[in-house]
Amino acid sequence: MFNEVLHTIPQVLIDGLTLGAVYAVIAIGYTMVYGILELINFAHGEIFMSGAFIGTAILLVLTGIGWVSSLPAIVMLIAVLLITAVLTGFLGMGIERVAYRPLRNAPRLIPLITAIGISFLLQDIVRFIAELKKGNYIVTGPSLFTHQLSIKASSVSSIFNDATIKTSFVIVLVTAVIMMIGLDLFVNRTKWGMAMRAVAQDRETASLMTINVNKVISITFFIGSALGGATGVLFAVQYGTIDPYIGFILGLKAFTAAVLGGIGNIRGAMFGGLLLGLLEMFASANLTLLSHGIFGAEYKDVFAFIILILVLLFKPEGLFGKPVTEKV
Amino acid sequence: MKALWKKYKQNKLAQGIFLLIYIGVTSLSLFLAQKSVTAFLLLLASLLLLYFTSFKNLTKWLIAGVVLVFLLPFTASNGDGYQSYMEVATLVGIYISMALGLNIVVGMAGLLDLGFIAFFAVGAYTYGIFATAQANNFMPFGHFPLSGESFWIFILLGCFVAALFGVLLGIPVLRVKGDYLAIVTLGFGEIIRIIFNNLDRPLNITNGAMGLSSVTPPRLFGMDFIYPSQFYYVVLVILIFTIFTVLRFEHSKIGRSWKAVRENEIAAQAMGVPLVKTKLMAFAIGASFSGMMGVVFAAKQAFVDPTSFTLLESITILVMVILGGMGSVPGVILGAAVMTILNLQVLTEVTNWLNQLSTSGAISIPDALSPSKMQRMIFGLLLILFALYRPQGLLPARNRKYNEKALQKGSKGAAGETIPEQSPIEKAQEV
Repeated sequence: MFNEVLHTIPQVLIDGLTLGAVYAVIAIGYTMVYGILELINFAHGEIFMSGAFIGTAILLVLTGIGWVSSLPAIVMLIAVLLITAVLTGFLGMGIERVAYRPLRNAPRLIPLITAIGISFLLQDIVRFIAELKKGNYIVTGPSLFTHQLSIKASSVSSIFNDATIKTSFVIVLVTAVIMMIGLDLFVNRTKWGMAMRAVAQDRETASLMTINVNKVISITFFIGSALGGATGVLFAVQYGTIDPYIGFILGLKAFTAAVLGGIGNIRGAMFGGLLLGLLEMFASANLTLLSHGIFGAEYKDVFAFIILILVLLFKPEGLFGKPVTEKV
Repeated sequence: MKALWKKYKQNKLAQGIFLLIYIGVTSLSLFLAQKSVTAFLLLLASLLLLYFTSFKNLTKWLIAGVVLVFLLPFTASNGDGYQSYMEVATLVGIYISMALGLNIVVGMAGLLDLGFIAFFAVGAYTYGIFATAQANNFMPFGHFPLSGESFWIFILLGCFVAALFGVLLGIPVLRVKGDYLAIVTLGFGEIIRIIFNNLDRPLNITNGAMGLSSVTPPRLFGMDFIYPSQFYYVVLVILIFTIFTVLRFEHSKIGRSWKAVRENEIAAQAMGVPLVKTKLMAFAIGASFSGMMGVVFAAKQAFVDPTSFTLLESITILVMVILGGMGSVPGVILGAAVMTILNLQVLTEVTNWLNQLSTSGAISIPDALSPSKMQRMIFGLLLILFALYRPQGLLPARNRKYNEKALQKGSKGAAGETIPEQSPIEKAQEV
């Protein structure tokens, strides 16, 4: 049995890293907003979903124009990523302005409820537009990268099976890593990043130090949502088919990743995302085998939730967070 | 005009006459019209009017009882739409009961539960498994399906099993707070649904995604309960029990502890409120109402499958509570009734009407726009608008005001009039 598990390791690693990269970038969005406002932005999964739809729409339009479709796929992807990121960034800013800012001093239950409302609203608006334009809300985008690569893992050691990867895997991973490094540099090296960290530490004191708190919060939402939207495009490119309800479960898992890494901690979120992606792929590949057929791969979502609940119960500060005590 | 209104508000006789005329006209039109949803809804609205009259509580309850037990079924029984009216009324009752349960958890104890439908599912499956041949798969003894008489015991069983699940969920959840609690309960709701969906292997307990079909109908004195008009009375009895229980709880010691925990956990603990017990009680009691109605739901539909217990349902119940007013019993009843009727009657009626228009060629509405698909958008908008502009809901919760001097004397009647509860947002603005 152990050997069989080992056989699947190369494929699990590749799929897990792809999925993990997606989780990681979305988890950053949750963690940034939580770090600054102590608010779970429930609508973040839906921003990711909107990004996937906006990106697919732009791709469909672009591939329809003759001279554009002859451009190399990678140029097109970069263009789509940038446009989608800007659009979803503004979407996130708008949501903050309309639904969260008026409630900043309200009890914590209330903004959570508006967040759920926003996420339902976005789901239905996207469904509505997709159904109106395409006749069906499940949309399949154009496939940009169809080339398959095969990794001869069996030549390294005979216990491994060969793994196949799509070219898009490389692109998803590289883009996600670039986004994460870029964000890390932005937060730790620039003036605005410093302002963000200051606001996260103490909003009132930061405002006394001539930091425009509202602006910083807006920028945080912009960056988090832009990253989420861009990941949506990557998701659509990697997995092909999207529907308006992908954002919910994926957002929840990304939130799990954020909690796993320690909420509020950006590097923790990246690590948590990758870890969760690997764990989940491992579970879906081997759960049937390890439990002798009692639990099938359908339980992989349960698996993610159980990780979340266990982390919240036994190490609520996450792997890299610092425990906080509540004071009166 | 204003003076006239004021006079009317003080004059009980005028109110009584007006109410009587209103009920008379609406019930007569429901009786005469063959298929009039409007008349049916207007007759239900008479209960809202009744709530705003200044009669004594007992009088109000008696009038409401007469309307619900005799007038509504009798006047509706004349038309073709009898069973469909009763179906709607039954579902309204089921949802009100669940919303009252969630109101205890969210509204009174302030614990945001996004997986509340799980308890409903637990109740439904409790009856569904034993009232079909399904239980033969794993029970070593006994003959299944159980007879319809067992339904009445299962109402209690569903209540206890759901309460047990409430406590089981509550124990781990006690360690997390606020937003995290919402996420954990959401996860719990999804876990329950996925488990019910996949528990056909290795031992077939729930029959997986296929669901349990042909659930034995309840039986009383040799009479099978098949029609919604019969379930209407079952639901009515449970609903009245629920409302009385919740009203009794609200101003009891445990009810006041819930509100204290909601306002400030640490302060409540400092005042001697046992945190663990109070929260667990909220979960257990809230869940138990839901479990009871789950049993009724399973018997009424005669079919149970996991798709009836999605997150959308949990959110629907949450919308009912928010719309009506968190913590306010009459508000939540109103909210649940409005949402259920909106969902079942108004949206489908408008959709049918639009379809008719587009088939006759008057206007063309694309299929994507059909209102019955817009549930999520409507729920989302309601949540946002109410959270932003009216967080206290349609009928805000009221706190009992105590007459301090009368209390010191130890005389009865110290609990005087009720005053509106201050909304948390107003409080925050004052600070």
